[in-house]
Parts: sequence; structure tokens; C-alpha cells
Amino acid sequence: MTNDSPHGSSEAPSTADVVVDVRGVEYQIASRVILSGFDLAVRRGRVTGIMGPSGTGKTTLLKLITAEAAPTRGRIIVCGQDLATLDRAQVFALRKRMGMLFQNGALLTDMDVFENVAFPLREHTDLTEPLVRALVIAKLNAVGLRGAAELMPAELSGGMARRVALARAIVMDPEILIYDEPFVGLDPISRGVILRLVREMNEGLGITSIVVSHDVHDLAEIADDSYLLSGGRVIAHGTPEELLASDSPDVRQFMRGDADGPVPFHYPAPDLREQLRSVDER
Amino acid sequence: MSAPPRDSLPISAIRVTGQVALFLLQLLVQCGAALGRPRLIVLQIYNAGARSLIIVMLSGLFVGMVLGLQGFDLLQRFGSEDALGIAAALSLIKELGPVITALLFAGRAGTSLTSEIGLMRATDQITAMQIMAVDPMRYVVAPRFLGGVVAMPLLACVFNVVGLLGAHLVGVQLMGVDRGSFWSQMQGSVVLNDVMEGVVKSCVFGVACSLIAVHSGYTAAPTAEGVGLATTRTVVASSVLTLLLDYMLTAAFL
Repeated sequence: MTNDSPHGSSEAPSTADVVVDVRGVEYQIASRVILSGFDLAVRRGRVTGIMGPSGTGKTTLLKLITAEAAPTRGRIIVCGQDLATLDRAQVFALRKRMGMLFQNGALLTDMDVFENVAFPLREHTDLTEPLVRALVIAKLNAVGLRGAAELMPAELSGGMARRVALARAIVMDPEILIYDEPFVGLDPISRGVILRLVREMNEGLGITSIVVSHDVHDLAEIADDSYLLSGGRVIAHGTPEELLASDSPDVRQFMRGDADGPVPFHYPAPDLREQLRSVDER
Repeated sequence: MSAPPRDSLPISAIRVTGQVALFLLQLLVQCGAALGRPRLIVLQIYNAGARSLIIVMLSGLFVGMVLGLQGFDLLQRFGSEDALGIAAALSLIKELGPVITALLFAGRAGTSLTSEIGLMRATDQITAMQIMAVDPMRYVVAPRFLGGVVAMPLLACVFNVVGLLGAHLVGVQLMGVDRGSFWSQMQGSVVLNDVMEGVVKSCVFGVACSLIAVHSGYTAAPTAEGVGLATTRTVVASSVLTLLLDYMLTAAFL
């Protein structure tokens, strides 16, 4: 495990092996720095976990990788293309090679399950209706929801909505699949189903997966590589086992879920005695 | 960290006007592509138009009935109650029809458009489309805008017809104005230019109200409060802009 740049590690992957390459990225909104000196390399065909406490820039990182936002400084290379050099049409072409699973599924609420999954096919291909039907049924079958094709999104549970969203995300056979907090708010059975599907998508379809989550144990089950973020920086990366065995106080606090440590329990505040005294004096 | 300084009102107004103008340009570019999918536009004409029919017809009927009463009362003082047909027709076709329909449109269809698009943003549906390489301006915004632009003049037309029937109901059936005078004087005095004024006004109001509705929804903060504020902004901005444009267009047609 190393706290340095992933490009400088002893197991540095070759350029061709890296699907998403984030180099020296800084991102700020007004004067607030969200990410700084950020390096990350996602290797082809692997499940890369991105962990960190809430508010450390995990979702921002996904926005940068999907070119929804542009970094203030640094480079992001996805599938060999530098995002800074792409125009709008090229960005859209690149996005067709990606799939993304949103935390709440983000299904289109005016369409049923079948039409939601068929949506990217209808928008981007000229496939015949029988072929669209065959593909959608196959993808729904892969997530175990072939029988729910005629339900509306409002009729689905949280876990089912995420599985439909997963079917939609893979219907165009993407090279990269991005999961934004896929386990949040799910019951143990649904979580187990999603865990299994992430692994199956990766192994069965050879998709490169990026999983953003703050659930250490779920990520440890599926991730080949893990990055731990804190304060907008990568503070550790390696396999989940390496992170769990780390003796760095920052890493240990997050991996063990300690309430106090380098990330303090108390939000910065004046001294308690001073504050209570001033209350008495009033 | 200190909060960024707030712009003064004129600067803020100029900035918002510029943003809306740029948004309109983007929208017009996408409208061409959206026209290739008439099914989506027809659906939005149904949502903005057909679903507003009841409220527009009811309002038109009552406005026409009030016109019949007030017009009769006023004209009777000059002994010219037979001119009720002209008074009601010109009031409705040139002013009341387009303006009241636009205000009703902003309150019924405009708020619906804003909250629908705003909720799509709040629930990541807009972002999901962008990630799926589908431009939401083309798929979501342009069909709704075009649907509103088409529906608004049609609704104004329905309002006028029902309003005239209301005026006839009160003026002729209730107050005893001669039926022949009511219709023949109207036919003889209302010229094409009067009708065109009403049509142009309703088209302009349709563009303005639909633009404000889709822009407010698309730029709404992705929270419950943000969608609520955007919906309120739609009603307030559409109403004020409708009345301002009405004055400008009336001055231009005189």
C-alpha cells in the first residue's frame, strides 16, 4: 500500500491497461477546494473501489470522470482520450461507452421498466423492435427482473429500482460501469443481490467497474483495488485487505469506523468551559 | 469563508436576461431535432393544452358573462346596447382572451412544466440522460416548450369562443339585446387586423410563458425548496411579463 501517486507505485499498470487516468487533478468551486493533487488509475477489467467519508469529493470525482464538470487543474484521461480536448459531441460519444448506476436509480418516471431499459437503445441505435425487445429482456433477466418489465418505477422497491437502473446501464454494453453508492439504504438481501451483480457484470461481461461507496465491508467483498479519500485527497490505495491492515491513523479510523481520531468527533468550536462561562455571564 | 457579494438588482436582472436569452438560443437549436419526434410534441400539446381546457372554458364563460352584464350596463347609458356584440368581441379577441388565457396557462400548464422538469433534475433523471449521452434539452425541454407554444394560441381561441357565448347568454338571453344586432354588428365591425392582434399576442405570450416555465424548471435547485421556488417564479415572472408584453404589443398595433 502507498500514500503516493498510484502512477508511482511498484505495481504501476501500463498505459494501455489504464482505462481511467486521473493525474494531478484539482477542483474548486469559488474559493472552496473540493479535490487537490488528486491521482487515480482505474485498471481495465477490474473493480476499483473509491471509499471515504461523506463530503470528501467522491461524487465530485465521478462528475469529473463523466465530464459533467471540468477540473480546475490537472488531466483526466478516459479510454485514452483527454477529456479537456473533447468537444460536446465527442463527450457524448465517449459517454456511450460508459454506464452509470445512480444512488436512487434515476429511472425515468413516465416510462415503465421495459421502456426505461430500452431508452438508450431507442436513442442511439436503429435496431428493429424485435431486437430491442430481445436485448431488453436479456438484460432484465440478467438482473432477475424479467417479470417486472411492465411495472412503473413508482411500483418498485429501492433494490428493484437499482437493479432496473443496472440493466439500463449495461444495455449498451459499456466498457466502464460506474456505481454511485449502490448499497445505500438497501436491506441485506437487496445489498447481497447488488453485490453479486457487480461482481457478475465485471467477470461475465469484462466491464471495468468503479464503485463509490463508504461501506468498507461491502467494498472489501468485491473490489480488486481500493482508494481511500479524505479531505479531497487520496490518503491510501491498495487492495481492501491492505487498507484493513494499515496502521495509518487516518486509514484505521475510517476502516474501523472509530467515532474520534484524525477526523474529530466535534465540529470545530470554541472551548466548552469558555462558552458555558459566557452563557452564565449573560 | 465569506459569502460572495450579491449583485445589485439591475446587474442581477441583466444577468438573468442574458441567461434566459442563451437558454432560448440553445432551445431553438434543439427544437429542430425535437420536431423530428412529433409523438413527444403531441403528448406535450395534450398535457399543456387539452388538460387546461376545462379551466380555460370555465374562465372564458364567466368572463364573457361579466362582459355581457357590464357591457350592457355601460352601453345602455348611451342607448347603444345593440353594440354589445362588438364590445364583447373586441374586448375578448384583442385583450382579454390572450391575456387571461396566458395567466391561466402560467398557473396551470406553466407550473406543471416547471415542477415536472425541476423534479426530474432533483431525482437525477436529467443527469442520467446526460450520462446516457441523451441531450435533455432535446428530449425533455424542447418538446415541452413547443407543446406550450402550440397549445397557448389554441387555448386563447377556445377562450374567445366560449367568452362570446357567455356574453351572448347574458346579453341576448337575459338582458334582451337583439340577437341579430348582436351578431351582425360584431360581424361588420371586427376586422382581420383585430383578429391578427389577438393571434400575435397569444403566440408571443405562449413563447414567453413556455420559455419561463421550462427555464425555471431546468435551472431549479435540485431540492424540494428549489422546485417550489422555481414554480412560484414561473407564475410571478410569466404574469408580469405577459402584462408588460401586452402593453408593448397593444402600442405596436395601434
